[in-house]
Amino acid sequence: MLSGLISFIPRAVMQGIPLLYGSTGEILTEKSGNLNLGIPGVMYVGAICGVIGAFFYEQAVPPEAMNAFLAIGIPLVCSLLGSLLMGLLYSFLTISLRANQNVTGLALTTFGVGIGNFFGGSLIKLSGSEVPSIALSSTSAYFSTSIPAAETTGWFGQVFLSYGFLAYLAILIALVAAFVLKRTRTGLHLRAVGENPATADAAGINVTRYKYLATCVGSMIAGLGGLYYVMDYASGVWSNNAFGDRGWLAIALVIFTIWRPSVSILASILFGGCYILYLYIPGPIAVKELYKMIPYVVTLVVLILVSIRKKREDQPPASLGLPYFREER
Amino acid sequence: MHKHTKRFYISRRTELPWYRAWAIRGAAIVLALITCAVVTMLLTGENPIGIFSTTVYGAFGTARRTWVTIQDVAILLGISLAVTPAFKMRFWNIGAEGQVLMGGLATTTCMICLAGVLPNALVIVCMVVTSLLAGALWGFLPAFFKARWNTNETLFTLMMNYIATQLCAFFIIVWEVPKGAGKIGIINQSTQIGWLPEIGNQYLLSIVVVAVLTVAMYVYLSRSKHGYEIAVVGESLNTARYAGIKPSRVIIRTMVLSGAICGLIGLLLVGGINHTLTTTVVGGQGFTAVMVSWLAKFNPLVMVLASALLVFLSRGANEIASDFGLNQSFSDILTGIILFFIIGSEFFINYQIHFRKAGEKEA
Amino acid sequence: METVKNAIRMEHITKRFGDVVANRDINMELHKGEILSLLGENGSGKTTLMNMLSGIYHADEGQIYVNDQPVTISSPKDAFDLGIGMIHQHFKLVDVFTATENIALGLKDHGRLDLKQVSQRIEEICRKYGFEIDLSQKVYEMSVSQKQTVEIVKVLYRGADILILDEPTAVLTPQETEKLFAVMRNMRDDGKSLIIITHKLHEVLEISDRVAVLRKGEYIGDVPTSEATLQSLTDMMVGRAVTLNIDRPEPKELVKRLEIRGLTVRNVYDVKVLDDISFDVYGGEILGIAGISGCGQRELLESIAGLQKLESGSIRFYPEGESGEAHELVGLDPMAIRKHGVSMAFVPEDRLGMGLVGSMGMTGNMMLRSWNKGKGVFLDRKGPEALANQVWKDLEVVTPSTSFPVRRLSGGNVQKVLVGREIAQDPAVLMTAYAVRGLDINTSYTIYNLLTQEKMKGVAVIFVGEDLDVLLELCDRILVLCGGRVSGIVDGRTTDKIQVGAMMTHLGGGSADA
Repeated sequence: MLSGLISFIPRAVMQGIPLLYGSTGEILTEKSGNLNLGIPGVMYVGAICGVIGAFFYEQAVPPEAMNAFLAIGIPLVCSLLGSLLMGLLYSFLTISLRANQNVTGLALTTFGVGIGNFFGGSLIKLSGSEVPSIALSSTSAYFSTSIPAAETTGWFGQVFLSYGFLAYLAILIALVAAFVLKRTRTGLHLRAVGENPATADAAGINVTRYKYLATCVGSMIAGLGGLYYVMDYASGVWSNNAFGDRGWLAIALVIFTIWRPSVSILASILFGGCYILYLYIPGPIAVKELYKMIPYVVTLVVLILVSIRKKREDQPPASLGLPYFREER
Repeated sequence: MHKHTKRFYISRRTELPWYRAWAIRGAAIVLALITCAVVTMLLTGENPIGIFSTTVYGAFGTARRTWVTIQDVAILLGISLAVTPAFKMRFWNIGAEGQVLMGGLATTTCMICLAGVLPNALVIVCMVVTSLLAGALWGFLPAFFKARWNTNETLFTLMMNYIATQLCAFFIIVWEVPKGAGKIGIINQSTQIGWLPEIGNQYLLSIVVVAVLTVAMYVYLSRSKHGYEIAVVGESLNTARYAGIKPSRVIIRTMVLSGAICGLIGLLLVGGINHTLTTTVVGGQGFTAVMVSWLAKFNPLVMVLASALLVFLSRGANEIASDFGLNQSFSDILTGIILFFIIGSEFFINYQIHFRKAGEKEA
Repeated sequence: METVKNAIRMEHITKRFGDVVANRDINMELHKGEILSLLGENGSGKTTLMNMLSGIYHADEGQIYVNDQPVTISSPKDAFDLGIGMIHQHFKLVDVFTATENIALGLKDHGRLDLKQVSQRIEEICRKYGFEIDLSQKVYEMSVSQKQTVEIVKVLYRGADILILDEPTAVLTPQETEKLFAVMRNMRDDGKSLIIITHKLHEVLEISDRVAVLRKGEYIGDVPTSEATLQSLTDMMVGRAVTLNIDRPEPKELVKRLEIRGLTVRNVYDVKVLDDISFDVYGGEILGIAGISGCGQRELLESIAGLQKLESGSIRFYPEGESGEAHELVGLDPMAIRKHGVSMAFVPEDRLGMGLVGSMGMTGNMMLRSWNKGKGVFLDRKGPEALANQVWKDLEVVTPSTSFPVRRLSGGNVQKVLVGREIAQDPAVLMTAYAVRGLDINTSYTIYNLLTQEKMKGVAVIFVGEDLDVLLELCDRILVLCGGRVSGIVDGRTTDKIQVGAMMTHLGGGSADA
């Protein structure tokens, strides 16, 4: 039983980390009043850009000559750049051109998933692989290197130390995001922009700049979730559509945690656990699909309860989904 | 006080004649197509005329292709029609994906469980009834909570999509043929029980149903009392109450209708076209439909054109992809580009940019 | 004569909105260390004038001086930088933030947000001037008066020396008003200069050092409060009676249509906006309703129309023909009221937000009253289309077609569409709220004539108005509201402006019954 739990937790964590990245990014974005439904697309792009970077680095340099710094740095920078561009595209359309956020977000998801699968498919072709996937095992080795002590500290090491650095980075980013939102002037201003942009504007806060920044930084964080998924969780193996609906799950997580990145840390692991629960609880294999349904059902219940209780702090940012326009002279 | 003033400022347009609005949209589509062509040229090295002819060939090259294209348009159009009354009411139903799936799941259930129990005609009647009900239920739930507690419908319907997906995934494994295949396969392949009847050829049924639906929806929205109520509720809740319209009743009724039509499309997809259920049978068209409906400004007749454009493009892109050995997701990228251009063009319809004269600029 | 220093001087300020002149050639000063009352009726241009100081509007003509320096104020930020802070009627606060967070919002100090330090500085300000404020309270939990306190402290925290308060007492109880006045005096004694916009005369006399009066966009003059009396201020504010020559035939036979008793309504903040209102309305008369804005006029009409939740009271409708039983309307929604055979027409204040559908044309808007008529699922378009054409022709609505969205019509034409539709219902009761607001003279007379015609047809007309001259010449009786209560009902033919003005501000009064 206990050993089951000890092997369950790390797997749940690894399932949860991409969701944590996605939800932290989306929380920042939504706090500025932008409902970015393009997050699933952004995460695909974050993943594929990392894959492209790693692919060409692996092609250019033999495995033994690979430099750890570049092996990590190139995919990381590529991934960040890719998701930044997606964030900029969304921001330009919704903030500068005041387009409908839902429509723009959905288009961004179509586009992003398309980009991911298209370039993924092309790389698979380029690599001449026989199976429909690319394996970047050398790069992945760098990403998934865990602290050496993980092996020697028994259950403690297995539960807490056995992850690649991106997993710890996700938790760190979530904590920093929570701190920034709650304790800093920037966070206060950002929340004001999402709650009541007219008031923020009157107080001299540059609404447009905050919305752009939050959306772009949010996209970059979400993109890292895609990178983590392919480089660490999937051991560097990209196959089309493997990322699945995790992007939507990240958006569900935002609601489930009631817009709190710090709660997201544990909640993402909980959601991740639902993905693999069937391995630990005996029953027909079909039930695993019902376990996967749990996060969505629970999120829905949270959404309903929050709207019934009407506690003001738990509501979505008041201007979520609405464009802001100040009539200029 | 010397301040830097912006070189331009933006104001809301008060009026723009309809033909200019459509001219702007038309220009956006042309620009988008040019961009798509350039992207395609870069990726394939083919000349524009070649690309164009391949695209046309992909969509209309053979009689069969033409039929499939029209059928695809019909399905996308059908879902777009379904979400439209909700959008007109400013209810963001992005749960069409799930509502269609539920219709498909209900259809599948009848086809599998009632085969041999009831005569074929009755099975089909059950399929129609249950698929409508299943879709309607998926529409009712978010509407009820929206009307009662103002629960955010965008997030609600989004979650409902995945609950539907997982439900389907569950039943697909329960009914999988053969065991371990992870899919159902063609249902009742030998007996064809529950297969919707063909009229003319295998494609026409869906096309006719959606054609009728288009006209019906157009009339419903513009000529019926319900349509009027929807329009007023979408404009202003205060006005609705003033006119004696009960917004919560309209919201629930409209979403039930919206969901039921989605269920009907699910019936067509499973019972008429595929004769099987997969979790991806809707293939994201529930989301594309949101965009189609919005791009067409909720006008069912314009939606015919919008969904035709997207389907034409996507089938054409698939042809290019297979001709040049590109990935099939190529069409998603082109669809994305087209959508971004049209979405962006709305700004120039609703707003005006004024440039300040150089002399007005302060140092 | 001692020399006074000016905190603000405005010279030849003119502001136009389209063809309407909101402020015409205004010269005004605010001395250092004084409280100046800016007095005027609704629509006299007080708020517009002050918005030019707070950077919301920009004057078309004229020059503003702050501390005798010529300045250009083109944004609220410019105003802040000059030490000018304005407390608007609609508070600019973030609901889910605490008082401290709201006050800290937008400050340019760098580094970490040290809310403790901010709180300490706020507390200093509060001690200095005597504000009572719970800094950790969320704005949505606050009363209106507490929110106002936060707004004032926010302005002080940013170092404002010149404070402008736009009708700050409109939303306060007498006790809260007293507290506000106390802190205002403290601020003045500390050397700050204050302008208070108001139309309540006794408050003017109580709080201010000097009074400046605006009327219809023009500066009438100013007097030291010590030399002012209620009478002199009223004269300055309302001016001499203007003869409008509105035709007012004697009512023929009056028949009781509505009997309203003990109507009480609370708003979302649980404040009584209507308090024990009782009156009767007769067919064949125009009953005017006067009062300063926000005294319960909107709630009163919406209650009768079935759009408000009542706390208590009854509204009984007496149908035509003496035999008819009276109907109780309380608890019925608009559709149910109509189904009871009560034909009530209502021209609400918010024309495009309640009375009309902006995106539809005239025909679609005519349907707003008739959409449910007739059997079957389809709309009858012929009737509304004919009605639209008739209104278009009869009232000379300027529109390219009956399908042209009414949102794009001018204000006067929008109102013609709305009034035309409501009158076409052949109502027994016709209620109008600010029916001529923003309309030009000709359209206004068209509306007056229409209302009088309805009255002569035997309709019970309720006319909520803001221009006393109009009320006095149009209405047969005038009900004066003050703070959600009936201040009195007077005869429109025998009363005068001074009496009605006094009743509006609770000064003197008529008897509680007609």
